[in-house]
Amino acid sequence: MLRFLFTRSLLVIPTFVGITLLAFLLVHSVPGDPIELLAGEHGISVERHTQLLHEYGLDRPLSIQYLRYVGHVLRGDLGRSLITHAPVVQEFSQLFPATIELTLAAALFATLVGLPAGMIAAVRRNSVFDHGVMGAALAGYSMPIFWWGLLLIILFSNTLGWTPVSGRISVDYDIAPRTGFLIVDSLLSGEDGALASTLSHLILPAVVLGTIPLAVIARMTRSAMLEVLGEDYIRTARAKGLGPLRVIGLHALRNALIPVVTVIGLQVGVLFTGAILTETIFSWPGVGKWLVDSINRRDYPVLQGGVLLIGTVVMAVNLAVDLLYGVINPRIRYRRS
Amino acid sequence: MEAAVESRVEETPETPLREFWRYFSANPGALIGLGVVVFVVLLAIFAGAIAPHGPAENHDDAFLLPPVWAEGGGWNYPLGTDAIGRDMLSRLIYGTRFSLLIGCIVVAISMTIGVAVGLAAGFFRGTFDILVMRLVDIVLTMPSLLLAIVLVAILGPGLVNAMIAVSITYLPYFVRVTRAAVIGEMAKDYVTASRVNGASILRLMAITVLPNCMAPVIVQATLSFSSAIIDAAALGFLGLGAQPPTPEWGTMLADSREFVLRAWWVVTLPGLAILVTVLAINLMGDGLRDALDPRLKR
Repeated sequence: MLRFLFTRSLLVIPTFVGITLLAFLLVHSVPGDPIELLAGEHGISVERHTQLLHEYGLDRPLSIQYLRYVGHVLRGDLGRSLITHAPVVQEFSQLFPATIELTLAAALFATLVGLPAGMIAAVRRNSVFDHGVMGAALAGYSMPIFWWGLLLIILFSNTLGWTPVSGRISVDYDIAPRTGFLIVDSLLSGEDGALASTLSHLILPAVVLGTIPLAVIARMTRSAMLEVLGEDYIRTARAKGLGPLRVIGLHALRNALIPVVTVIGLQVGVLFTGAILTETIFSWPGVGKWLVDSINRRDYPVLQGGVLLIGTVVMAVNLAVDLLYGVINPRIRYRRS
Repeated sequence: MEAAVESRVEETPETPLREFWRYFSANPGALIGLGVVVFVVLLAIFAGAIAPHGPAENHDDAFLLPPVWAEGGGWNYPLGTDAIGRDMLSRLIYGTRFSLLIGCIVVAISMTIGVAVGLAAGFFRGTFDILVMRLVDIVLTMPSLLLAIVLVAILGPGLVNAMIAVSITYLPYFVRVTRAAVIGEMAKDYVTASRVNGASILRLMAITVLPNCMAPVIVQATLSFSSAIIDAAALGFLGLGAQPPTPEWGTMLADSREFVLRAWWVVTLPGLAILVTVLAINLMGDGLRDALDPRLKR
């Protein structure tokens, strides 16, 4: 078991090197001179140019520059935005809670709907409900979510007028950011209607972002459940006279959950990718929109830092899921140790 | 008893292709998917003959006209027009060319390289295998669209670069699938027999082992085909893929986003085209998987 934890954790090092290398090469392959980019339109004298090149270490070999970059990264220095001049880490940490709030809400929606739907579909195999759920799941899996978001805006915001089109909260409220999570902050503020406004802004983006994970979870739960329901111990439990609720809810679900938990964990990468699109559609002020804006503004330090930070977060979550999987699944625990 | 044995002997064995078709055609979803895909391919080939207008032709007298069934629409532009008076139907028909092209090129690039690398890794094992698999693990850690965005940021926006970027993000899946299948086959007796017979390494790799590893690769290719269409459309939507006025569906969506509240058709129709195409390919892919996967055969 310890050996499994150790070898899996070691994999983080080459992965991290890969991510830093990608982020480093990203900026170095951009056409144009970084010094001239910094100097702007005024231009710069040749002596000053050479001096700055030396100051920034840009006259050193690429390998040395990379090591310097990694050194900066490990000290938490990811440079400053070319537009706002604020440190990239600071901008990221201000926007990240919004993305976490959105992805958590989406994951919650996907799990709360997908898990029961998949279970019922498995238990009522080949029923109308089963075919309906699997058809919807395939459609959800094939959904271009940037279009799905626009469609829901047309229906719920424009035609029905139920939900707002964009943002995290109505402009009528001025909530002091304490945790960065608006649900918590609006609760703490005690203002009437602030929480309702936050939730009404959150629901559409969360549904859009949760659609693909929902489809994946429903399909996975159904197939895992079907496999488990065919096992001998389920027949034994039934033969003992246990009620269907107890057999399915307790005996079957516990074993069916193992692959489902992994799938839910692996959806984190999907969620972050989807967040880039979802945040762009709903003008959600999170790191995904920030990243897309940085491309359009050619704000390379932000793009570089953002890619590095998001990559690191996904890497950390994948590691946590893998380790958790080893802990909850005795088959892996014993085989690998 | 004797009669039964005789009749079994007389029956000619089913060819693999016929067996495949028997399983595939038993799945109604797969057949519907196949039908839609054939339809889309025909649209792409004969776009010039079918489309009522040119894809870039703008008509000054027809801005944001609604489709024929809505009030104010007409048969001249059956699915309405966009903000600068281009016929939606024609643009959607020409758009099939781009989506199919994207799918074909992305799958061709990532499958060719991925299968070659996966075959070599599974065949030679050792240091090369370890290196390749670590690299695959690293690339798979990055969310694919994020990686594609980074690559396009490096290469510069545009349809070709978007296709290259998406191909690179799909590579690791092909490497993984091929390697796993190769390792499974290498242990079998027929490979040993061929080796004992003196088959060269290239012959062993390409003629003996590879054809038996193709089933999972084909399934992966179908999945990648549909994902490539969505991912390239997503890049187009973010302004990083095909550039206007290319009638690529994702780019069309991005172009018409500002009219979402005024003219529903300019946003709804391109997305519907993406959804229907991708759904059809996925349905077909499910059928392919069921027909090719021996574990599911009874």
